[in-house]
Amino acid sequence: MGKTKKKVILAIEYVFLCFVSFLCAFPFLWMIIGATNTSSDVMRNKMTFGSALWNNLQTLLQPEKGFVTGLSNTIITTVVTTLLSLLVCSLAGYSFTMYRSQKREKLFNILLLTMMIPFSSIMVPLYRMFAQMNKIPVLKLVGLNTLGAMILPSVSTAFLIFFFRQNAKSFSKELAEAARIDGLGEWAIFFKIFFPVMRSTFATGAIVSFMNSWNNYLWPLLVAQSPQVRTLPMVLSALGQSYTADYGALMTAIVIATLPSALVYFLMQKEFVAGMTGAVK
Amino acid sequence: MREKSKIAKGPLEKKLNRTGWMFVSGASALIIVFTFYPVVDALRLAFMSGKGNQLSFAGMGNFQRMLQDETLKKAFFNTFLYLIIQVPIMLILGLIIASMLQNKDLRFKGLFRTAIFLPCITSSVAYALVLKTIFANEGLFNTLLTKCGLISEPILWLNDAFWSKMLIIIVITWRWTGYNAMFYIAGLQNIEPSIYEAADLDGAGSLQKMRYITAPLLRPVILFTSITSTIGTLQLFDEVKNITNGGPANATITISGYIYNVCFSYVSEFGYASAIALVVVIIIAILSALQMRVGDKE
Repeated sequence: MGKTKKKVILAIEYVFLCFVSFLCAFPFLWMIIGATNTSSDVMRNKMTFGSALWNNLQTLLQPEKGFVTGLSNTIITTVVTTLLSLLVCSLAGYSFTMYRSQKREKLFNILLLTMMIPFSSIMVPLYRMFAQMNKIPVLKLVGLNTLGAMILPSVSTAFLIFFFRQNAKSFSKELAEAARIDGLGEWAIFFKIFFPVMRSTFATGAIVSFMNSWNNYLWPLLVAQSPQVRTLPMVLSALGQSYTADYGALMTAIVIATLPSALVYFLMQKEFVAGMTGAVK
Repeated sequence: MREKSKIAKGPLEKKLNRTGWMFVSGASALIIVFTFYPVVDALRLAFMSGKGNQLSFAGMGNFQRMLQDETLKKAFFNTFLYLIIQVPIMLILGLIIASMLQNKDLRFKGLFRTAIFLPCITSSVAYALVLKTIFANEGLFNTLLTKCGLISEPILWLNDAFWSKMLIIIVITWRWTGYNAMFYIAGLQNIEPSIYEAADLDGAGSLQKMRYITAPLLRPVILFTSITSTIGTLQLFDEVKNITNGGPANATITISGYIYNVCFSYVSEFGYASAIALVVVIIIAILSALQMRVGDKE
């Protein structure tokens, strides 16, 4: 290939990649600018920073907007789901690798099948199941219109089990063996040795779980009928759909809702991309 | 551990086996209750009809009704339109971006990668609403096009049957192209550079290299991304709900959106909704099998 041709190709690549990068980043700039402007300025497509951020925040703090309730519900469901999910799925994944048996391999393969089942195909029976729970004394606590109903179905996912099972393969079995000889129990081996050694795997798993429950929309939409249990995506949706939508406040709300994942992305980019794309060591 | 299990089981092995079952029990129980049981229940419901909880056996009634349901036909048409147009555009675009980022002489690769993956940090509702304001009738994009002299009348992105479909396609492409590009970037890094060097010596052009080296070696990755994108598109809901709410006049409604409407917007018809969902599962299974067939040939 000639030198000039190479240079021309490189130039085309720069132009193209800059253009694509701009398109990808622009909506972020747009929402940050929007968050500092009034609703009418956003509608007039004002492209410079304004001074309405404080006002927008105050609008969002009004109880009838439901933003504070939504934010706290989302934080609670996300934290609980992520912690439970990490515990349950890492134990299972660890077991599938560390205590291999043919019967458990079969179970694993069956569990893996659920990755092919679209949520929309099970949402109807699932909804009916939680509606039934409302009629039973103890289960009522996790029935429709509770945060528990949003958490329970998303705790155990085939993806995370698979993820931990694959990553556990890089964990040294000799280490577990040695600990066993030293008299450590199986739970202690898991918590005191596997967990600290596999910190980055747990971090990646936590990111996956966090992103899923922070952004979950369809299932909470079905389950949360009363305003007290609405989550952030539903609140954003309501802010955007209303006929008297305050676009400045909406953009502020969106920026706040995007902030946690943006922080994780910029602080732990490697783990974030690995988690999102399901990369397995 | 593996060798040991072949020998007669001692007390330690038995204990470890018990622990093994204990450790998998929580996760398995949750999946059985919240995924497997609903799947079986959905199969049962698909053959029932009625309103709310007043359900009775209907045989093939739901499936006969589906054949006459005009809105459902629209939902299927739209979903497949998104599938056929959006998925190839997105995957090819992702492939182009990934192979450009392979160029040894290119600088700022990290910066480009960071920017291109950026859309993946947004939630479906958040980005849908942001892009909705940009594509509003008097919005930024129309203003820009008018100023450049490309259009004289604003494009009705939210109110026109054709343009609203295009908007859905644009929006999903924005969100998922970088995501798919990441798979290709990882896949390309596993290809030996010496193969390309040899091709260079043989005088192969960049298109030929794409056709005869990159595409075949990336086949498993391309297969994976096309299956996941297909499943994702068939489940499309959040974006359409928040941008057009299925409108205008069901012009953008998706299958998931219609299932939602059948259950939760009008009278709850759980049986009919489950029958539609069953058809979607069958379609996903067929399409995945088909894609694997095509991807595995040669």
